[in-house]
Amino acid sequence: MLKLFFSNQLYLGLAQAGVAALLAMLVALLARRRGIHFEVETATAMVRGLVQILAVGSILMLLLKGPRWSSGLLLTAMIVAAGATSSRRAREMPDAFRISTVAIALGAGSMIAFMTWLGVIDTAITSLVPVGSMLIANAMNTNGLALNRFRADVLAHVGEIETALALGARSDDSVSPYVQASFEASLIPAIDSLRSLGIVWIPGLMAGMLLSGARPVYAAIYQFVVLAMIFAASGLTSLVSTLLIRGRIFSPAQQLLLQPGR
Amino acid sequence: MATSSPADACILRTEQLGRTVRGKVLLEDVSFDLRPGEIFAVVGPSGSGKSSLLRLLNRLDEPTSGTVYLDGADYRQIEPRELRRKLGLVTQRPYLFPGTVERNLQFGPAQWGEVMPPEEVAGLLARVGLKDYQQRNVANLSGGEAQRVSVARTLANSPLLLLLDEPTSALDDASKLGIESLIEKIVREQKLTCILVTHDKAQALRMADRALVLENGRMKRIGPAAEVLHA
Repeated sequence: MLKLFFSNQLYLGLAQAGVAALLAMLVALLARRRGIHFEVETATAMVRGLVQILAVGSILMLLLKGPRWSSGLLLTAMIVAAGATSSRRAREMPDAFRISTVAIALGAGSMIAFMTWLGVIDTAITSLVPVGSMLIANAMNTNGLALNRFRADVLAHVGEIETALALGARSDDSVSPYVQASFEASLIPAIDSLRSLGIVWIPGLMAGMLLSGARPVYAAIYQFVVLAMIFAASGLTSLVSTLLIRGRIFSPAQQLLLQPGR
Repeated sequence: MATSSPADACILRTEQLGRTVRGKVLLEDVSFDLRPGEIFAVVGPSGSGKSSLLRLLNRLDEPTSGTVYLDGADYRQIEPRELRRKLGLVTQRPYLFPGTVERNLQFGPAQWGEVMPPEEVAGLLARVGLKDYQQRNVANLSGGEAQRVSVARTLANSPLLLLLDEPTSALDDASKLGIESLIEKIVREQKLTCILVTHDKAQALRMADRALVLENGRMKRIGPAAEVLHA
């Protein structure tokens, strides 16, 4: 339909983005009618996302002509940005940015390095950056979910945690049910993605490989490889971040610092 | 290193204890001695600092001024877990852990790698009026029963001192009197020392030997319960 009005690809893309954004805002406005206010956050996130992806697209175009090590620089910057973004889901948590960045670096960064060394991920910028960014983005989401859930669980169970402390429990033990629940909850999207692969959705990477002439079986296997890497990177990220944050919500005298209204 | 307290006869002593959070004074300059075997009531209206005082004694919060001496030793020199085991806290709401009553009673000793034998669990439950409750799921207990389990769970840790934070305020009158007489019986029988935080002057009069009245985080009066609470 839109193609009837726009012959220029750039204008067509902007029109498509506009329609998609409009639909997202409609959902936010529907939610507002039910007293759920996230329209400002939605609008900001969409504008930001569009600007960022355009900027990265432009940088990628430049990098394609640059040395291979520059992809490492870009992926490092992505990890730091991912740490900053997902730490916002953990307001009031001490050291959330540092913990998120370390967790994503260990989870996604180590996976990218290892799989590149094995040759699973090609060192060409056109391969390393898009695949690496997928791992980082998913690790970021998982980290945000884990920290957000952990924070909510701790705040909802302050009485139980302090009762355990008062009975002589170690601080780590007093929050272990919530560490476990946060880890499990954060991995639900990654597990569901793996479970529904090929049945509910055919990911973009596979579609792209098919369009560029790859053999369908190889494209399918590589897509599975990428999703398995995403799962491993996300799992490691969540494990590291929940274990690190667990120690930061207590004082050296094993007092719970994360309290409602503090 | 343990510091000697001048008042060696007392089991616990607070010295100018206080806590201020972001400029707000929760507790200021609270000093008192606790004698072995006595029930000491801390009385005051809501927001007077009663619960803040218990949290400082149990070191769930850190004092911003002063300190506490336990058996003559500055409590900051005692490992927090060990301190909390000695100062058993019973909270206003009994936060029981999911599962059976038995599991709740075994929780404290398990923190030190000790296994509380079933017959000890049964004996402790019988003492708090919950005979044969070992395998009951805590989700099916009434408020009064849950608070009895909470008391038994604290006692399972063999504390030196009992810190009771409004233990009956969330209960109906019948359960309230039951818990009150249970606590008094256990404290007197075992010669435990006890700090009872309550907003209920009548309860403090019924149970306590001495009382401290707090207002706006400061000590208003301290002395024999009958004198202080009738003033």
